[in-house]
Amino acid sequence: MIPLSWVLALAGLLFGIGLLGALLSTNAVRMLICIELMLNAVNINLVAFSRYQGQAHGEIVALFAMAIGAAEAAVGLAIFVAVARNSKVIDIDKINLLKW
Amino acid sequence: MGGIDQHFDLQVIGLTGEGERSKMNLPWLSLAIILPLVGSLGIAFLPKGKTKGYKVAALAVSLLTLLLVVVIGTQVDFGQSGVQLEEVLPWLPQYGVSYHLGVDGLSYPLVFLSALLTVLAVLASWEVNYRSKAYFSLLMLLEAGLIGVFLALDYILFYIFWEVVLVPMYFLIGIWGGPRKEYAALKFFIYTLFGSVIMLVGILALYFAAGINSFNIIELTQITYSSHLQFWVFLAFFIGLAVKVPVFPFHTWLPDAHVEAPTAVSMLLAGILLKMGTYGFFRILLPTLPDASLSFAPILAVLGIINIVYGALAAMGQDDLKKMVAYSSISHMGYVLLGVAAMTPASLNGAVFQMFSHGIISALLFYSVGLIYERTHTRKISELGGLLVKIPAIGVVLAIAAFASLGLPGFSGFIAEFFVLMGAFVNFRNLVFIGGLGLVLTAAYLLWMMQRVLLGEPRVDWPQFADLKGLELVAAAPLVITAIVLGVYPALLVNLVSPAVSGILALLGGN
Amino acid sequence: MLSLAWLIPVFPVLAWLIIGLSGRKMQNRGSGIAIPAVLISFLFSLAVLVQVAQGQSYHTSFTWLEWPGFQITFGFQVDPLAAMMLVVVTLVSLLVQIYSLGYMQGDSHYSRYYANLSLFTAAMLTLLLADNYLLLLIAWELVGLCSYLLIGHYFRNPGVPQAANKAFLTTRVGDFGFMIALMAIFNATGTFNFQEIFALAQTGAISQGTLVLVTAGLFLGAAGKSAQFPFQVWLPDAMAGPTPVSALIHAATMVAAGVYLIARSLPLYLVVPQVMQVVAWVGGITALLAAAVGLVVNDIKKVLAYSTISQLGYMMLGLGVGAFFPGVFHLMTHAFFKALLFLGAGSVIHAVHTQDMREMGGLGRRMPYTTLAFLAGSLALAGVFPFAGFYSKDSILAAVYASGNSVLFWMGVVAAILTAFYITRAVVLTFWHQPRSQGAEQAQESSPVMTVPLLILSGFALAAGWLGADFSGNILGGFLGTEFHLPRAIHHYVTRIATVAALGGIVLAIFTYLFRWFQPSVLTQRFPQCYQLLQQAYYFDRFYNRVFVTGTIRVAEFVAWFDQTVIDGLVNAVGRLGKNLALLIAKIDILLIDGFVVGFGHSVGRAGDRVRRWQNGLTANYLLSLVWAVLISILTFKLLG
Repeated sequence: MIPLSWVLALAGLLFGIGLLGALLSTNAVRMLICIELMLNAVNINLVAFSRYQGQAHGEIVALFAMAIGAAEAAVGLAIFVAVARNSKVIDIDKINLLKW
Repeated sequence: MGGIDQHFDLQVIGLTGEGERSKMNLPWLSLAIILPLVGSLGIAFLPKGKTKGYKVAALAVSLLTLLLVVVIGTQVDFGQSGVQLEEVLPWLPQYGVSYHLGVDGLSYPLVFLSALLTVLAVLASWEVNYRSKAYFSLLMLLEAGLIGVFLALDYILFYIFWEVVLVPMYFLIGIWGGPRKEYAALKFFIYTLFGSVIMLVGILALYFAAGINSFNIIELTQITYSSHLQFWVFLAFFIGLAVKVPVFPFHTWLPDAHVEAPTAVSMLLAGILLKMGTYGFFRILLPTLPDASLSFAPILAVLGIINIVYGALAAMGQDDLKKMVAYSSISHMGYVLLGVAAMTPASLNGAVFQMFSHGIISALLFYSVGLIYERTHTRKISELGGLLVKIPAIGVVLAIAAFASLGLPGFSGFIAEFFVLMGAFVNFRNLVFIGGLGLVLTAAYLLWMMQRVLLGEPRVDWPQFADLKGLELVAAAPLVITAIVLGVYPALLVNLVSPAVSGILALLGGN
Repeated sequence: MLSLAWLIPVFPVLAWLIIGLSGRKMQNRGSGIAIPAVLISFLFSLAVLVQVAQGQSYHTSFTWLEWPGFQITFGFQVDPLAAMMLVVVTLVSLLVQIYSLGYMQGDSHYSRYYANLSLFTAAMLTLLLADNYLLLLIAWELVGLCSYLLIGHYFRNPGVPQAANKAFLTTRVGDFGFMIALMAIFNATGTFNFQEIFALAQTGAISQGTLVLVTAGLFLGAAGKSAQFPFQVWLPDAMAGPTPVSALIHAATMVAAGVYLIARSLPLYLVVPQVMQVVAWVGGITALLAAAVGLVVNDIKKVLAYSTISQLGYMMLGLGVGAFFPGVFHLMTHAFFKALLFLGAGSVIHAVHTQDMREMGGLGRRMPYTTLAFLAGSLALAGVFPFAGFYSKDSILAAVYASGNSVLFWMGVVAAILTAFYITRAVVLTFWHQPRSQGAEQAQESSPVMTVPLLILSGFALAAGWLGADFSGNILGGFLGTEFHLPRAIHHYVTRIATVAALGGIVLAIFTYLFRWFQPSVLTQRFPQCYQLLQQAYYFDRFYNRVFVTGTIRVAEFVAWFDQTVIDGLVNAVGRLGKNLALLIAKIDILLIDGFVVGFGHSVGRAGDRVRRWQNGLTANYLLSLVWAVLISILTFKLLG
């Protein structure tokens, strides 16, 4: 069996990629994807811990998280589509109408 | 409301039941206050532009009030010392405040003086045409306030009337006054307000110290207060009253106010307003705070002498006629103070006599100065001269006023000053010697004034002046006659006053 | 008749009221009312005198003022002294008023003059009738008022108002003493009535201290009224009034009121000999000093004025040694002969239109009646037998001699020499030699309305003294009820000395001025300081002016300044302080209280401003913040365990 640390390392790596992507990208869709990455990295963690402890709690939470992630993606994309339709822009740095 | 009515009924019954003298069930005293008050309002609601109408209305109201006051005089039995014709209505019963009026030998002369001088002031104002509606309305309001002060027997009511007097006076000086009227009016108002507020503190202290939940002036005299409290309350009242009298060194508002005030207002100011202060000494200080009065007496006497001599000297140094007369008022009020301080029957009777007599004589002096000013448009003694040649009748009036003022026998001033000094001679012999100096000084400055104003040749090439007119004679004659009648037969006034004075002396412990 | 004595002053009062109240309508008819009134008073007085002489007396009183434990009664009384004085006053007043018909003719204030004279007469009569000190004081002040009014009759002329003021004020200083005396006596006895007070004083019920105060105060008043040293300054100036006024008020009656007061109060003085001494000395000094000034004065009225002062001094001297009769006797004779002298002088002035004797001369032939009358008055004044002054002055000197005070006696004798000298000088300068001015050359005898009163008074100046003479059995002394007997030897001695003194003075003056044996200018040049001292009346006027008048005015100006600047300045400063304090508080309010509230809002706003800059719209930033927040939270939890 693969040691837990490996799985955690994978999840951490994935999370880090997602985080960097989310921080650095200016494209809104890419940012959303990166957020999905981070989310799924956490899911991996959850599943891994669940497996190693022999309990189902973590997997259940992971399932919830996936569902929420799907919903989130749907809402997020819908917003972006609306924004893009309005302002013809998808650059996240330029979408700042709500700032002070 | 029902309670009040009931109370009032009881009061009326009380009045009718008292004595065999038939007294009509009328609230005489309230009427004497309400009549001018209604007059004041009535004049205010008259149509615009009827200058003559306001004057006639004011004259009618003031004459009616005078008549009413005379009728009140017939209703009062002056042989007794207590207050009479009392009217009591609860006002703020939970605090012991009531609408309480009454008259005795002490207040009646002053009420009469107020009513008389108001009539004459209206006559003296016959030439006032600038905003005459407001002027005569305020004059009537002033009369109501003055009569109220002398009739009130409740501290709160007294205080209210006391302040009510200030307001019309402020406007009368401030609107119809001379060049520096705003300054003078404001000074008068603030100064006297300052005094009366301190007095209010005294009133409250007295109220709480007595602890009988009453503001009744008479009832509060029947309580013995601790000497410590008496000291402070006396001080508070004294400052309040001293400003009004005015006592040195609180007197400087008076010359300014007089110089700026129109003639009729000066007559009332000197004639009656100053007496509010000394009336307070008789009505409040002596009966209520006998111990403090006794211990303060030497200070009062010294202040009285300072008033006499200092006022006379200051009068001598003035070039403005009105200012000179104003300082002479300060000097003459010193006799009242001295009389109060000496607390002997002669001195107290003399002091009350002086209050009345000075009211008459100073009004006459101010009036004659006003007559001269109306013609020459100057009050500077150095610019006048030889007026006896130009306007002999007015000159004679001024001379009569001056001789009355310098205490010539045959005029009321002599009686007053002589009895004050004679009464004070018992207690303050050395001060009386100095006070006698005041007699000489008074004669000196008045004679010197007459020499420079009336005698000699006219200094300026004046146009022909109208001499004393009929209306002016009517305004001056009652004052001259009163001063002479009281000077020849002072018993007319003393008989009213002396029982009340005996009452005060009894409260002072038969000193 | 006696019970109607109170009516005596009423008639002149009525005359005064009628003339005074009708004002200008009266025009020149004032005399037609005043003279009948005083005539009636005179007749009443005569009737009263007769009845008093028959031994009747009169006293009526009523309560004037009272309260419990206090009563003042006013009343009239007629005793011999009052009865005598009533006649003197009404007679002189009547004659003066008749004389004034001529003297004041054409005066623009003719009726006012008569009104004032009537008031004066009434007040003077009241003064004499008063049965108590307070009424006496009231009348006393009223005669002072009339004196003021009459001195100021020519009030348009320069110097006249000042003279009137001076008279009123100087006497007022004395009256202050009078008032103090009344206060002291009333507080000690509870009455003003003469008889009651005298009775108490004689029983010793009044303390010596009080009596000293009372008598000293009364004397102060009397000295002021009678122009005694050091109050004598006003009387010479009072000559600014019309001459008949000088005759009536400033010679015969009012100035004598001081003497009358002392005479009235003599029972009090007899109890306090030390004050009596003062009275005597003041009288003696006044008699001497004033007579000396009379030597050098050139104004004929001023000569008579100083003479009056001097003669009043004699009366005081007499009363001061306790001699009632001589003082009163001289008061009576002096009233006649001094009124005569003044009226005579008035007649001269009326004719010559000047008062300066250097511009007169030679009037003897031009004005025979006036000259005769003036001569009679002068002889009476000098004290020549058998004129009135001889008897009365003699009795005063005798009384002084009998009292044993030789200094005072010789002062009196010297004053008598001086008196004889200056009046002879005045007579010679006025009536003898050649006229020295045009006015004197054209002078004519005055009309009968003036000369008849003069001649009547001349009769009195001659004969009035006989009433008190030995050969008549001293009718007056008997009437006054005071026995005045001195040893015959004293009388003879004093009479001889007095006669020598009077004749000596007259002869000396005749040699000097009539025969011009030597020039008086030799003396004035030899002793210029003395001459100046007399000419300036001992510099009293200058001294009083500098010290009292100017001093008082300076003090008054200082007080006025002090009041305006310091006291009122203080008030205004307090006012300003209050105002500035209010402004300051207003500022503090804006800065501090309101500033706090506003400042709080401001700082919140500013903080928000800072914070919101964080909200820069860059999503990455928000995300980064999130990361940081998570990291910090983790670290915090880690560290806090």
